[in-house]
Amino acid sequence: MQIRISPQDGVPIYLQIINQVNYLVASRRLLPGEQLPPVRKLAETLVVNPNTVARAYRELETAGVLTTRRGAGVFVSEAGRPPLPQRERKRILSERIDILLSEARQMGVELEEIVELLRQREKAIDKSNMGRRSEP
Amino acid sequence: MRENVVEVQGLTRRFGAKTALDNVSLGVRPGIVFGLVGENGAGKTTFIKHLLGLLRAKTGSVRVFGLDPVRDPVGVLGRIGYLSEERDLPDWMRIHELLNYTQAFFPKWDEAYARELLETFALDSRQKIKTLSRGQRAQTGLLVALAHRPDLLLLDEPSSGLDPVVRRDILGAIIRTVADEGRTVFFSSHLLEEVERVTDDVGMIHAGRLVLNAPLDQIKASHHRLTLRFRTSQAAPPRLPGILFCEGAGLEWTVLCDGALDVLRAAAEKQGARIVEEGKPTLEEIFVARVKQTVSVRKEA
Repeated sequence: MQIRISPQDGVPIYLQIINQVNYLVASRRLLPGEQLPPVRKLAETLVVNPNTVARAYRELETAGVLTTRRGAGVFVSEAGRPPLPQRERKRILSERIDILLSEARQMGVELEEIVELLRQREKAIDKSNMGRRSEP
Repeated sequence: MRENVVEVQGLTRRFGAKTALDNVSLGVRPGIVFGLVGENGAGKTTFIKHLLGLLRAKTGSVRVFGLDPVRDPVGVLGRIGYLSEERDLPDWMRIHELLNYTQAFFPKWDEAYARELLETFALDSRQKIKTLSRGQRAQTGLLVALAHRPDLLLLDEPSSGLDPVVRRDILGAIIRTVADEGRTVFFSSHLLEEVERVTDDVGMIHAGRLVLNAPLDQIKASHHRLTLRFRTSQAAPPRLPGILFCEGAGLEWTVLCDGALDVLRAAAEKQGARIVEEGKPTLEEIFVARVKQTVSVRKEA
């Protein structure tokens, strides 16, 4: 499981973990039923406080993304990721879009160009996902 | 709920005319990592020496595991693993001699764990302490602090002057210690990035005073960096509730505030500004803002 923590980011570390696990599940790099590393192991790998990892796992469990099986460990829920409420989806995306827009503005890139680039990227991602899915 | 591992109330310490600690009160909950941050000379080491009973509280009280470390050194020190900033180890001993010697003081010494740590740190137990590199010295000190599986791991500037590899060993030791149920870590540092990675609670000390003491998540949630844009040029910085730091001029000002975002937004709007950027400051930025603020407040006073 590929997670990167950046303490300089400003976003609390437990939220960075939550966001990235959500992303990995949504992009199917973590599949339903797949096991996640135990709290202690992930804490050591990421060099972060185990209580922080435990909190992230707890909140992901409440959100239905992960399930804990007693004595066995933490797994991605079989049901998969429940859809986020509309408002929450909007909020998460707006944050990212704001960053994108302000960077684009600084570089003098027009909105039409960004939209075109978004379309191109979507195609590129679709293509690479197709490749991934055809793997055994 | 279990009682706090460390409970300090109103601790003041003067060395001659200098106030090293000024009415410091703080508690450390069991099972957490507490990071005490501050500049060199802010009072971190003096505070830690009180926890170890090396200094007696003249004003205020110090309790570790509910005990007074000056009155009951055995009851307190037997349960603490301590790494000093100087890492004062007996130069004339070999590592295995130091381990044998230290073992005698701690009934709970875990020989298997000591051997495991020697291996993890790639230390040769036959080596003389005098010949160790700076990093190996820190690792040896850490090993001695850890091998009796202390209830409280107390580290004074553990990372200072070390390369990234050894710093990671130290952070790893902190993480493993709290991951073992019920054990607690208290460490001081001026490396804010490390503190941000591993702590639950943060205390910021400046010129002997505790200027902030709260869970890291709470600190991160309540501090905001906002860039304000005014319609007309401003001669003075904007007045916002909980403002800690401000820079800018004329139409655009960037502020660091401690407060609720909607309150800040409303206050900015009332003064004829719109917020053009919102961000989350790092712990380091918060620390610098807090310290500068206390300096300017003192000047005004």
